Amino acid sequence: MTGFYTLFLKEWLRFWKVAVQTVLAPVLTALLYLLVFAHTLRGQVEVFPGVEYAAFLIPGLAMMSVLQNAFANSSSSLMQSKMQGNIVFVLLPPISHREFFFAYLLAAMGRGLTVGAGMFLVTLWFVPVPLEHPLWALAFAVTGSGVMGAMGIVAGMHSDKVDELSVFTNFIILPLTFLAGVFYSIHSLPPFWQKVSYLNPIFYMIDGFRYGFFGRGDVSPWVSLGIVSAVFAGISLLALWLIKSGYKLRH
Amino acid sequence: MIPAIKVEQVTKQYHELRALDGVDLEIAQGEFFGLLGPNGAGKTTLISIIAGLARATSGTARVMGHDVVSDYRAARRSLGVVPQELVMDPFFTVRETLTFQSGYFGIKDNAWIDEVIEHLDLTDKANTNMRKLSGGMKRRVLVAQALVHKPPVIILDEPTAGVDVELRQGLWRFIRSLNEDGHTIVLTTHYLEEAEALCGRIAMLKQGRVVALDTTQNLLRKHSGCYVDLRLLPDTLPDTLKPLLVGHADGGCRLALKDYVELEGIMAAIRNAGIKVQEMEVMQPDLEEVFVQIMQREA
Repeated sequence: MTGFYTLFLKEWLRFWKVAVQTVLAPVLTALLYLLVFAHTLRGQVEVFPGVEYAAFLIPGLAMMSVLQNAFANSSSSLMQSKMQGNIVFVLLPPISHREFFFAYLLAAMGRGLTVGAGMFLVTLWFVPVPLEHPLWALAFAVTGSGVMGAMGIVAGMHSDKVDELSVFTNFIILPLTFLAGVFYSIHSLPPFWQKVSYLNPIFYMIDGFRYGFFGRGDVSPWVSLGIVSAVFAGISLLALWLIKSGYKLRH
Repeated sequence: MIPAIKVEQVTKQYHELRALDGVDLEIAQGEFFGLLGPNGAGKTTLISIIAGLARATSGTARVMGHDVVSDYRAARRSLGVVPQELVMDPFFTVRETLTFQSGYFGIKDNAWIDEVIEHLDLTDKANTNMRKLSGGMKRRVLVAQALVHKPPVIILDEPTAGVDVELRQGLWRFIRSLNEDGHTIVLTTHYLEEAEALCGRIAMLKQGRVVALDTTQNLLRKHSGCYVDLRLLPDTLPDTLKPLLVGHADGGCRLALKDYVELEGIMAAIRNAGIKVQEMEVMQPDLEEVFVQIMQREA
């Protein structure tokens, strides 16, 4: 237990010590998206009747920040530790694969949720957003950050170099989050792209999270939560199995 | 008594390369053991398998009787490893690094960390970020990290590579005192004079196999005769001794002997040729020569 807690604390401090870069910078990025999109599309788009576009955008952007930062934390920490060789300090002690997994996972979720909360708090100043079902919002923030934290562990274990990891980040995570309905409702898409969106697990995270704010979504929050939880379980099992097998960690 | 380390028929295959080829090794508790071999002989691979950083293709390794795979928690608790590369986590200070490391082993009491910091002369640097330390200081922190959980067995993989003389000597004094306190020490090094001075027993690896395993004294005795350096007047070696000539040193000549008994014949030959011996020195071979001989023999 102490091994797990220490590793979790180390992973937490690792991003917290450079919070300007790991928390403030992504909050600012999300804020810039909000300012630019909300300004240019003001009055032109009304996704939910009676909901201002800026208000519609905020939960999507907050969730996007949660997801991208959860992924970035575990993936970059593992990849860098392997590159710098200091991963041995974690591999030499008697830390089990479960402790290893949960320490990296919870720290990643912690960073994702911190950035998301930060982004949300700052935007409250600009645009009022209702919070009709806070527990739904919380459920999707937690499971969503969990999925991405676990994916980050898999990606970080697989990547030996910065460019290998950037393939994951730029060609998988970024398109999937951008095309998951952060900036629009998928009902505004042509039928074919609507169907494609249903294959994107991140769509359900964002839609379910947004349901927590407006009480409205493209699909039922129960369906979304079911799908996100199943993906979470699947990726967690994959990550646990990879850690146990020593994939690219213990040669 | 349970051996500190027991390796049985360990092989390691990396694609085409057989890095370890059926290694058997038993190191008793309390030994100061040397693991020598040229680059690529498999020393680090063997250490990695014992430490759980690599998995053996076949065979088993135990630390203090605990299998490094099936009973990895107990095995890793019994082992401290100083890695060869100068690795560190640039986010943290020396004290944070050591506190985390002991926490990974489930230790909450930090009194021992203060002691290790003091023993390794790191007190002034305890709150300095790892990034700001010199190479020698980083090496000391690596040693400290290997000791935070008071392991009975300590493996040092080339701990003095690129370290200045003063630190090297300090490090050896400290490691020797750990050995005197009962810790088993396993050492790999390229400085063979260090291994000769410190290690009671030595294994030599070549291409993944153990090619020599004996006490340091026996290795020195068995594998080489001796040398005699002579300065003669006149400086002419009798013809009968020329086959023994292996080189010239300090204006004299160096003869290689298989045994001390040959000295008598050499002296007689010099006397009979009417040559005077101005200076004479008989020299023991050192571990470096034994090492070279063994490696050439196994080529």
